[in-house]
Amino acid sequence: MRYLPLTEADRTDMLAAIGAPSIDALFDSVPREVLLTEPVDLPPHQGELAVERALSRLAGKNTSAGSVPFFCGAGAYRHHVPATVDHLIQRSEFLTSYTPYQPEITQGTLQAVFEFQTQVAALTGMEVANASMYDGSTAAAEAVLMAARITRRAKAVLSPGLHPHYADTISTLAHHAGIRTDPLPLSVDDEAAVLTHLDSDTACVVVQTPNLFGTATDVSKIAEAAHAAGALLIVVVTEAVSLGLLKSPGEMGADMVVGEGQSIGNGLNYGGPYVGLFATRDKYVRQMPGRVCGQTVDAAGARGFVLTLSTREQHIRRDKATSNICTNSGLCALAFTIHMSLLGQVGLQRLAKLNHQQARKLKAAVEGVAGVEVLTPRFFNEIAVRLPTAAGPLVDKLATSGLIAGVPVSRLAPMAGMDDVLLLAATETTPDEDIAALTAALKEAF
Amino acid sequence: MSASPGPIRPAGRPEAPVGTAVHLATDKPASLTGARGLLQDERLIFELGGWDKTGVDMPEPDRGAEFDTSDLGGLVRVEPIGLPGLSEPETVRHYVRLSQKNHAIDLALYPLGSCTMKHNPRLNERMARLPGFADIHPLQPLSTVQGALELMDALSHWLVTLTGMTSVALSPKAGAHGELCGLLAIRAAHEARGDARRKVLVPTSAHGTNPATAAQVGYAVEEIAQTPDGRVDLKDLEAKLGPEVAAIMVTNPNTCGLFESEIVEIARLTHAAGAYFYCDGANFNAIVGRVRPGDLGVDAMHINLHKTFSTPHGGGGPGAGPVVLSAALAPFAPLPWVVHTEGGYGLREHEERGADCPQSFGRMCAFHGQMGMFVRAYAYMLSHGSDGLRQVSSDAVLNANYLKARLQDVMTPAFEGYCMHEALFDDRWLADTGVSTLDVAKAMIDEGFHPMTMYFPLVVHGAMLVEPTETESKAELDRFVEAMRALASAARAGDTERFKGAPFHAPLRRLDETAAARKPKLKWTAARS
Repeated sequence: MRYLPLTEADRTDMLAAIGAPSIDALFDSVPREVLLTEPVDLPPHQGELAVERALSRLAGKNTSAGSVPFFCGAGAYRHHVPATVDHLIQRSEFLTSYTPYQPEITQGTLQAVFEFQTQVAALTGMEVANASMYDGSTAAAEAVLMAARITRRAKAVLSPGLHPHYADTISTLAHHAGIRTDPLPLSVDDEAAVLTHLDSDTACVVVQTPNLFGTATDVSKIAEAAHAAGALLIVVVTEAVSLGLLKSPGEMGADMVVGEGQSIGNGLNYGGPYVGLFATRDKYVRQMPGRVCGQTVDAAGARGFVLTLSTREQHIRRDKATSNICTNSGLCALAFTIHMSLLGQVGLQRLAKLNHQQARKLKAAVEGVAGVEVLTPRFFNEIAVRLPTAAGPLVDKLATSGLIAGVPVSRLAPMAGMDDVLLLAATETTPDEDIAALTAALKEAF
Repeated sequence: MSASPGPIRPAGRPEAPVGTAVHLATDKPASLTGARGLLQDERLIFELGGWDKTGVDMPEPDRGAEFDTSDLGGLVRVEPIGLPGLSEPETVRHYVRLSQKNHAIDLALYPLGSCTMKHNPRLNERMARLPGFADIHPLQPLSTVQGALELMDALSHWLVTLTGMTSVALSPKAGAHGELCGLLAIRAAHEARGDARRKVLVPTSAHGTNPATAAQVGYAVEEIAQTPDGRVDLKDLEAKLGPEVAAIMVTNPNTCGLFESEIVEIARLTHAAGAYFYCDGANFNAIVGRVRPGDLGVDAMHINLHKTFSTPHGGGGPGAGPVVLSAALAPFAPLPWVVHTEGGYGLREHEERGADCPQSFGRMCAFHGQMGMFVRAYAYMLSHGSDGLRQVSSDAVLNANYLKARLQDVMTPAFEGYCMHEALFDDRWLADTGVSTLDVAKAMIDEGFHPMTMYFPLVVHGAMLVEPTETESKAELDRFVEAMRALASAARAGDTERFKGAPFHAPLRRLDETAAARKPKLKWTAARS
């Protein structure tokens, strides 16, 4: 077996050094009746070529986004990631290192995390960010728990444009912390409904922008109302590239910004692994979940970085910890950092403009299809459209002819009564001819 | 007459090294630039300029400066964001320089107990990057992702077969997330019977995530005592089990590196009290292919794909923590899961009236889990096969016992007898030397090894938990043994400076963690001019 270095001769020598008659003898503390004597009923080992064939066969049964006209968004976005990013994150020293518990020999990881935290704070317009979370949805759930700890209140208002998977993830976690979450019925616009449901019991308001329907929202008014009621504003961003063009949540009064960082540096990967962003104000830093990296000096006075504020964490505080979170999404965060370091603000702004430009073309094109109504008033790179027919069956049908025509809202919320609403995203990877292909297909369908 | 410099080439270069003895002095002058040979003194990305450039070539947006923002509703960002950009060669150099300041499993033995730092096969990386896996969207039509669903189904089959359990929830994104999944299923199962229980029992030796998770699900945590031989105290467990106890959380093999010999009885007592048995599967590598947790009476167990099944640790994630469930808990599994349909595979993503999931506790993350990790873990499973996986646990346990046998005369094992896949030492061997467990760890860095897990588990004084894994050769183990024996001799000989000042040869000297926590500086800020 190519991954196992010991030879039979090694094993014999080692057993002699141990003074054990056999490897089986080393398992003498396991009750006889539960010890298997034969391998379990699964296939035997295979060489690299055979495994590569088996996996390639499975991969070949999937339609990759890059091989067809493609318009899916709804929380995961297809962007071009420079080859350099993937090369660098596959360096042995990054890929095969553990959480940086020994800072003297993990300065590479730690300095990159410090850069990541600085980038996320700048991007979101916040004062401080952590070393990343599993993904955007779990970051949002942790933010709600944090808001409840800070305000000592037990109600969260989830806005009508919040991604249903995010709302469900928040509800699952909040329920057991005794926090009420009343998700509001899905709607293209957030502001009015949120303002109505905000009261003096509210710990936090969770608003996504751009929201599920692509609507970009000025959350300033919601921030003011939340603060007047003694509540916190959590802003969710599922498309990080939008922050290159849109006003930052920090500028609009957010107390916490959580988001999905997949768009920068990371591929679609069928939904994971992704990288959760978590940023807040300095005054709340000791209530923040997750790993945090901080600057310090070594014994000779040189600058260095360490994991810090660990008295919040499970390995010190156990059942009194702010969260049970142990790892972050290290390598995905590194990919984010490297891609962002290549882009810089100049590149990010240009990338954001290209996305918005393609979305404008997409909107203009589908508006020209009889019976199609664009629902999204202000948008970045995604719009919702109402079709004259149910979106789900149409998308399934178009897929058979090699066109992946976006995400039907019914896929995410089958009970919402929005069976005829389709979500369409365009990015810098969406060429004009694909937009034309979609338009032609829609015209033919209606 | 002065000493001959030896033969000289016409260009002035000596033919052979000269005067080497003179330059072998031990007092090294510091370099003039802060660099140390191959190791560069690398600044932060924010200190390298690049405020007005980018390393990514893209087309100019239409209408350049007067870009049309009328669809943005006035939400245009006007201030500079504060993000520098560098050209591609500058970026490559910056991050390659940083990478060289990291220890890694690809460089040497990385014996972090409880973390299973084994070799990460590069075939798995290549497979995960196939466009058919890496470039598919979680919400594209199911007819276009049949291969992905088939892989998830096959992975589930391997996990269920290896553990002897009924079903598996794939979506948890890490070990701690898996614990959360298991306890949420347990809580849902109790609530479905109208039997809300308030307490979870956890041994003192448990990972910190266990009590933290129980608390997150709303349970009070009570500790179970440990016997002198490092295992769960059955009498104490029996005394604490009762109608308020929802579950016990026990790691097996436990964090002392020992199999819980009474585990079948632990499960029986737990079930008799109406509670469920959550097993922390962090140490599954010790028993994979030899023991099925389902045969032990376990109701739920997370499997760290990044430990046992070798997806890379990546400097702290991403991982994956699928949870195998018993028949009693299977109906409460989180959404989504793969289903078999006519002629293919489907995905159950919502609770549907009359469908097969009326009792699911809900969703614990967006989408379907860590697909990238599923591909890698499945490639690893196919490569090993059932015979290879059995050899994995055999060699992991052999390697740990070999280290223990070769070090037990100079270090002090915490417990008698054979260990499983990790060897636990206490700090009795350091008594009266003035050297602490932390000092030993830092001195190991100078000898080229990542330290073992220190001061964990909490039940052993000055704990040193050594997990070599099965992917270490005998030669590497011997190299480690010689280094540890040399350090033990140095400690006994009173060479304390070697320990107290360590590391001397790492990229940095010992870091001041207290100062970092007292006045946190968590991001770069421009120096005031």
